[in-house]
Amino acid sequence: MSRVLWRFSALLQYAQEIVKITLNGDPFELSRPVTVDALLRRLEIDSRRVAVEYNLAVLKRAAYESTIVSDGDKVEIVNFVGGG
Amino acid sequence: MTDSLTIADRTFASRLIVGTGKYSSHAVMTRAHQASGTEMVTVAIRRVNISDRAQESLLDHIDTDQIALLPNTAGCYTAADAIRTAHLGREAGLSNWVKLEVIGDDKTLFPDNEALLDATRRLVADGFVVLPYTNDDPIACRKLEEAGAAAVMPLGAPIGSGLGVQNPNNLRIIKAGAGVPVIVDAGVGTPSDAAIAMEIGVDGVLMNTGIAGADDPVAMARAMRLAVEAGRLGYLAGRIPRASYATASSPLEGVLGR
Repeated sequence: MSRVLWRFSALLQYAQEIVKITLNGDPFELSRPVTVDALLRRLEIDSRRVAVEYNLAVLKRAAYESTIVSDGDKVEIVNFVGGG
Repeated sequence: MTDSLTIADRTFASRLIVGTGKYSSHAVMTRAHQASGTEMVTVAIRRVNISDRAQESLLDHIDTDQIALLPNTAGCYTAADAIRTAHLGREAGLSNWVKLEVIGDDKTLFPDNEALLDATRRLVADGFVVLPYTNDDPIACRKLEEAGAAAVMPLGAPIGSGLGVQNPNNLRIIKAGAGVPVIVDAGVGTPSDAAIAMEIGVDGVLMNTGIAGADDPVAMARAMRLAVEAGRLGYLAGRIPRASYATASSPLEGVLGR
C-alpha cells in the first residue's frame, strides 16, 4: 500500500513539474518553472536583441530575472526583421 | 547650405528613409544603406524563430550609431495589434519612435484610417513619436496631426507598386496644410518618382522595394539619394511658371536674314 502511495505521489510530483506554456503561439514544455532570463538562455537568444511579452503585457528587461514562467503562461519573444 | 529635416526632437541631414526588407542579403542591404546616405531605416517586428536559432540578427548589419531604427507595425490590421507591436518595438529597440501602419485590406495594403487615427491617439498618449502611414488624403493627414502625429506619411501609390506619385495635387494640398513634416511613404519606383515628390515640397521620402527590388540595389540607392537631393534643391530653387506657349530663350533682335 505504501509503495502504491509512493508511486502515486511521485507521479503527482512529476505531473506538477511539467510546465506547459504557449511560446510564440505554439505549445512548449518546460521541466519546471523558470525565469524569463533562464528561458532566453535555454533558447540561446540574446536578450539584448529581443522584446518579450508575458501574458499579453510587454516585459521590461529589468523584470526578466524576477518573472517566473509557469504553467499556462503565454510568452511571445520578438525581434527585428527586415521591413519597410 | 543647411537644409535639414527635423522630426520631433531629431534632426536629419538626409531626407531619404529606407527599409530593410526584401534584400538578397544583409551585405547588399548594408551597402545600399551606405549608398543611400540614409540616417533612418524601418524595421519590422516578428516572432523569433524558436526552432532555428542559426539566423543572423538584422541589427548586426545596421550601423545604429549612424542610422536610427524606425520600428514599423506592418501586418497589423487592428489598432490593438498595432499598439501591441509598437510597445514590443519600443522595448526591443529602446526607442519610442514608430512607423504606424494599420492596414485595411491585404490586396491594396491601404490603411484603415479610422483605426489608424485611434492607434495614433493612444500611442501618442503612451509617449510614442508616431509617424503614421496614411492615404494621400488631406483630411486624414490633418486629423492625424491633430491627434499628435510627429509627421504624416501619405502614400504615393500602393506599397511595393512602383507606380510613383499618383496624386501630386493631393500631396501639394497635404503639404500646404501640414504643420508637421510630410514624408511620402510607398509607391516610389524610380528616381524621378522620388524627385517629383520632393519637387512638390514634401519633407522626405520613405521607400523600400524601389531600392531593394532593383536589379542593382546599391546603384539604385545612390540614384534615389541624388534624386531626393535634386528634387529638394529644385523645390527650394523655385520652379518657373508653367505656360502653354513658348517663350524664346535667345534674343529676338539681330537674327540673320530678318
